[in-house]
Amino acid sequence: MEEELIVVENIEKSFPGVRALSDVSISLKKAEIRCLAGENGSGKSTLIKVISGIYKPEKGLITIEGEQYKSLHPIEAIRHGVQVIYQDLSLFPNLTVAENLALNSYLGNNKKLLKWKDVKKIASSALSKINVEIDLNGIVGSLTVADKQLVAISRALLNNAKIVIMDEPTTALTQKEVDSLFKIILNLKEMGISTLFVSHKLREVIEISEEITILRNGRKVAEGSIDQFDEPKIVYHMTGREVGTERYKYVPRGDKLPVLTVQHYSSDTHFEDVNFDIHSGEIIGITGLLGSGRTELALSLFGIHQHDSGKVLVEGKEVSTNTINDAVNSGIAYVPEDRLSEGLFLQQSIARNTYVSILDRLQNKLGFVDFPKADITVETWIDNLSIATPSKENPVSSLSGGNQQRVVLARWLATDAKILILNGPTVGVDIGSKEDIHNKLRELARSGLAILIISDDIPEIVQNCNRIFVMHKGQIVERLEGSRTHENEIVAILKKLK
Amino acid sequence: MKNWFKNIDSNLIRLLIITMIVFIIMAALVPSKFLTLRNIESMSFQFPELGLLSIAIMITMLTGGIDLSVVGIANLSGIFMALIFTKVIPEGTSGFPMFLYLIMGIIVGVSTGAFAGYLNGLLIAKVGITPILATLGTMQLFTGIAVVITKGFAISGFPEAFLIIGNSKILFVSFPLFIFILTTAGISVLLSKTSLGINLYLIGTNEKAAVFSGIRKARVLIKSYMLSGILGGITGVIMIARTNSAKADYGSSYVLQAILVSVLGGVNPAGGFGKVIGVVIAVLALQFLSSGFSMLRFSNFAKEFIWGAFLLFIMVLNFIQNRKAAKNIVKKEDLK
Repeated sequence: MEEELIVVENIEKSFPGVRALSDVSISLKKAEIRCLAGENGSGKSTLIKVISGIYKPEKGLITIEGEQYKSLHPIEAIRHGVQVIYQDLSLFPNLTVAENLALNSYLGNNKKLLKWKDVKKIASSALSKINVEIDLNGIVGSLTVADKQLVAISRALLNNAKIVIMDEPTTALTQKEVDSLFKIILNLKEMGISTLFVSHKLREVIEISEEITILRNGRKVAEGSIDQFDEPKIVYHMTGREVGTERYKYVPRGDKLPVLTVQHYSSDTHFEDVNFDIHSGEIIGITGLLGSGRTELALSLFGIHQHDSGKVLVEGKEVSTNTINDAVNSGIAYVPEDRLSEGLFLQQSIARNTYVSILDRLQNKLGFVDFPKADITVETWIDNLSIATPSKENPVSSLSGGNQQRVVLARWLATDAKILILNGPTVGVDIGSKEDIHNKLRELARSGLAILIISDDIPEIVQNCNRIFVMHKGQIVERLEGSRTHENEIVAILKKLK
Repeated sequence: MKNWFKNIDSNLIRLLIITMIVFIIMAALVPSKFLTLRNIESMSFQFPELGLLSIAIMITMLTGGIDLSVVGIANLSGIFMALIFTKVIPEGTSGFPMFLYLIMGIIVGVSTGAFAGYLNGLLIAKVGITPILATLGTMQLFTGIAVVITKGFAISGFPEAFLIIGNSKILFVSFPLFIFILTTAGISVLLSKTSLGINLYLIGTNEKAAVFSGIRKARVLIKSYMLSGILGGITGVIMIARTNSAKADYGSSYVLQAILVSVLGGVNPAGGFGKVIGVVIAVLALQFLSSGFSMLRFSNFAKEFIWGAFLLFIMVLNFIQNRKAAKNIVKKEDLK
């Protein structure tokens, strides 16, 4: 049996009023790649912080390289080679790559004067360890997310990392970048370094990990070699319930005219000659690499970006998409990509967040808002979308991510939209809540809405869309039938694109 | 978890209690002067100006902006009115024609305010200049125009009939207070019951989300600065009617005081939250303080010092209280 690098046993950790971890054990062997999976709030980050010495557990034992600790101090954790790469990477965006890499070793050695030659030497040797080339003089802030991540990994290696913990490392990466990150993780394995990979993207988890530990509500619910798990099983352990994998079936409703027709729609800078239509009851998915023009297309249809030529027809009638109000008035609704910055008024009430887009329609003859009517509308949608809240007057910030997303959805459904465009509808939403949102979308489509989903989440697209478009460099390059397409086909198409 | 609104309300109640305490202390210290009808009357002539200016600033603050030019607007409006009253009205006019002239003057004054506010709104919403810089610029501009027109001198000698606005009473209520009550009631209804009002709060909370929700941001912003300008114009009417003179640089210390009164009254300088009633209570508290202290024969310099200290005191109190509330919220959330 291989030597255990770190063994964490029976950890208990509570915060005022909540038990974040109860009786959790996890261990890592040398050169092992283990995945830590769990929904938001399952205790993943708490466990990472216990291992890296930021939190002190109330109970439990940590054995690291044979030494036993009741709790680790961050310095001890670093001395034993524990390195955490957080989602925000903790780099200095205003400094160069070389400076970012060499800074720590300089500070550690207590040197007061800087020798630029040494800085370069330290930095280039760090990068060569993982066989990557990044301009040492480049400012970190201007690098791509993937390159920043590589800098962070190299920096971790400089500190004699033995255990690298990566917290959701693939969130902002494209498929290709994910692949090269995985190569590096395997590379680390060859160097004898263990990786603890924290992610909720299950396909990736299965691809890279050897072992998996699943947490739910602060307890370890499953553990084992990855061969014993498949996606549904992992989801079952994470959520504690079976999640449907059934696909959306579109039943044509016999309407003559499509709800939305987009003809030769072009913008000089972002997309070119886009043509498609959506019938009532259809759910169309658009995917593509970052920068494929899909978000810009959606924003133009909603009147935020300008288009330069082409036509948009709603139920056969040409409509203007020059301003947001034009779009809204012709029945187009848009649920934005970034819920927090573009979607919600966080500190304002759920009610205000819901009726904001129909305020003008709620006015009575004197110009005052008809609040009783507004309240009825809001309550109807809270019920209809089962938004979990004790009162509609509570601020949206008091809701969970999934419920917040439903509030944005409620806002647009209240406008009697005919076409619902959703950009990344379930980003940052728990699996359970995600399924609820998907079911709601299907239900809406069945009741006659035309839905356009833009998403990176390929399982989401394949499961929920009856037609799938792949966009690349501003054009729709592939049109697939949802019912006949396998996830891997789309992944393969995306990998071929440059 | 109970929210911001509750928080604002508890701040408001605290402010109300403190205001009453100030009133009681002043009444106890100089009962022979403070508790007289004359004092209460004289206070009711004084605070509406600062009150209206504070409400004007509050409106722009709700959108996440600010209107530094509002006193400049009040003075410019005052000077245009003064020109009409002193240069346009022929000698010996009285009766109904006089009334028409006065109405015309007031309309000119208030529309000057509206137009100046429109200019602010254009600069902020269409050109995209930060509110604090745009209105700092227009503050200089409006004051500058006023100085050029008057060459720095005060214009005085308005018709007797006009001075009624600044110096008379309707039943027991002073005319300025009467205007103040009507205006604040109107603004209060506008902010809480109309779509313009609600949109104002929403833009102040999250500008980007407001745009994505279909709120016509530029239009709402321009309207809010026009509203602020109109309140400036109304203040101009009261100012020149009360002092019987119009000057380019009257009340320039009002700007900072009005900002402080708004914040004191619970308006969030970052935008999105605040109530008219809070601002009204805050301005009353300051009026009690300053009347009381002048009766105690404090010098004007000491008065400034005490105002400043009082404002800081309240804000520190609110800050500590809100921080405690925030901590409690965190704890409650953990319990779930």
